[in-house]
Formats: sequence, structure tokens, C-alpha cells
Amino acid sequence: MNQTPAYTTHHPRWYRTRVSTYWWSRKWAYFRFIVRELTSIAVAYFVVLTLMQIHALRQGAEAYAEFQEWLRRPFLITLNAISLFFVLYHAITWFNLAPKAIAARFRGKRIPDVLITASNYGAWLAVSAGLVWLLSGG
Amino acid sequence: MAETITLEVARYRPEQEMEPTFQQFEVPFRKDWVVLDALNYVKDKLDTSLSYRWSCRMGVCGSCGMMVNDEPKLTCATFLSDYMPGPVRVEPLRNFPVVRDLVIAMTDFMAKLQRVKPWLIREQEKPLSEGEYLQTPEQLDVYKQFSMCINCLICYAACPVYGLDPHFLGPAAIALAQRYNRDSRDQGSQERLDILSQHDGIWGCTFVGECTKVCPKHVDPAGAIQQYKLEATKEWFKSFLLPWGAK
Repeated sequence: MNQTPAYTTHHPRWYRTRVSTYWWSRKWAYFRFIVRELTSIAVAYFVVLTLMQIHALRQGAEAYAEFQEWLRRPFLITLNAISLFFVLYHAITWFNLAPKAIAARFRGKRIPDVLITASNYGAWLAVSAGLVWLLSGG
Repeated sequence: MAETITLEVARYRPEQEMEPTFQQFEVPFRKDWVVLDALNYVKDKLDTSLSYRWSCRMGVCGSCGMMVNDEPKLTCATFLSDYMPGPVRVEPLRNFPVVRDLVIAMTDFMAKLQRVKPWLIREQEKPLSEGEYLQTPEQLDVYKQFSMCINCLICYAACPVYGLDPHFLGPAAIALAQRYNRDSRDQGSQERLDILSQHDGIWGCTFVGECTKVCPKHVDPAGAIQQYKLEATKEWFKSFLLPWGAK
């Protein structure tokens, strides 16, 4: 045994590990989490795109037609399709997580998770149906 | 010859080595043995110098949490048979400093636990003569799940946020704060809100959700934190929109 031990009761030499930069690659659940976080970029992208659309609309009919023409480029169609996929992934995982955050109780009993998820999907469908109705001319 | 299983145990003897190494032990395999039984066998028969914590061996004391094949587990409730033919790799809980072999330093958690005031706070205690504070089964049911926490720190080992930012209050401490916030006899939620609603508190959580998955007592700390985020947001809106109504 070492004659000059570094370890004593009053000065323990603790071993500390550093978390690797690639910690999320070690486990499937961590990887899924990071993917979900990254899908937020697609959500932000659609927000910017919508703002640009509103801006074009304000500029008048000609500018809007130009904007629509720009949207028809194959590159943008591909980008938007990929982004839509990520936004759907984000939305669906969000709805599935919602019951965790809501501990609503009814008559002393906690409302089952399925009902909370279902009500979220229901609200989504209702808003989408409302939008379709509005866009198809009321 | 009786069946055996190989145990790869992390050893860290600060007086001998700069960083942990692995030592292999061949232990008998028995259907009813858990990882803790195998460690006890090593300690009794093979190497008495192995250090690890354990006490009740029945999932109540919360001492024997370790990484088993890279997953945080209560070793008293983790059967060797689930890892056959082996080997089984046993390491100290991740995200904590290692004191020796499988023993981690839990000082940080203890300080954090104290910070969230995990006890009943009353604005004014009623005199003993008035009897105990009564509670209905429904009122108990509101917080019971969170009260099951045994402070085993398995949720901290599963939480990447805690690993990356040691200032984060962490899953168990927040779940235990919620246990008291939800208690009908408690009046201290405002005091706890000031501590929990800081950046290092609930807002540090990014909802990875692993704490809930690994919890051996089904406490659901991730749920506790998200629910508290909603409550804290409501409180903030209330104080923002109704400044006269602020407590």
C-alpha cells in the first residue's frame, strides 16, 4: 500500500466523470429526445415562412403572386415537405406528453391520460376543420 | 458444476489509482439472486475490500442504487437472471462524484433536498389540544405518488440535465417539493415557489422524461416538474395581470 495515501477522511479524493458531448448517442431514449428538440427548428422555420407570407400579402397582389411562384421551386417544396414531417413529429410527441403536465382531477379521481391526449387531438381536429371551412369560403 | 455468471465491478481506490478500473468476479448464478446478492457474495467470499452501500435489500431504503449494464437500478430489485449469460457490469451511479468503488457522494442532493423545504409548513400551528390535522383519502391521493420517493438518486443518474448542469435542483427534490405543495395540511407552497421557479429549479428541466422511466417506486418526477411548470406559469400570470391579488 502507498505510504502517503491521498485519501483520508477529511480530504476524500473524489473521482468525477465528465459528461461526453455525445451523451445523446448512447441511448435510444436520449437520441429521441434530441431529435424532438431539433424538430423545433422546423417549427420556427414555418413561423418565419408564415410571417414572410403575411408580409408579401401586405405588399399587394403582385408581390403575393411572386411569393407563391417562389414557393413552387422544387427546392422549397422538398424543404417544406421535410419540415412538415418534423412539425408533425413535434406535434404528435407534444400531444402524447401533454397528460404528464396536466394532473386534472374529476370527482376526486385523476382524469385518465388517454382522455387528455384525446381532447388535445380533438381540439387539433376542430381547429383544422375550422380553418378548412374558413379557407373554402365559409 | 454449478452455473456461474461474471460480474464486472468498477473499482476506485483513491489511494491506489487515479481513475476507476474494472475487476471481474465469477459468482454463482442462482435464479432468486439479485445483483446485490452477487455483490454480497463477492464481499463475503472473494474480495472483502469491495465498498458499496446497501441496507434493507427490499426496495425501501434507497441505498443500493448503481449502474447495472449502463442502466441506473436498485441492485436489490435487479435479478441476475435478466442478464444471463452475462457479464453484468456494475458501476457507481452516474452524474455523481465517486468516493470509493461503488459508493457515490450524495452531499449535493442532501443540500438540494433541504432547500426545497420538504416538510409541512404552517402559517400558524394549531395548539395540540385541537388535535391532529385531518385528511380525507381523496386529499391523500393527490400527493401519495410523490411521497413514495426513497431518495435512491436513480433519477439523477438518468437525468442528462443534471449531468451537464450540476446546479439543477433535479427530479427527486422537485417531486418531493410537490409532495408537500399538494398536501392539504401544508401552507408553504409560496415559499417553495420562490426556490423552485428559479432557472436551476423547474425551468432547468427539458423534459427528457427518463427520470420517470427509471424510478423504481413509480414516483413520476418528470410529471411533477411539468405540472409545476404549469402552476408556476399560472402564478406568474396572476401576479402580472392582477398585481393587487399577489400574495
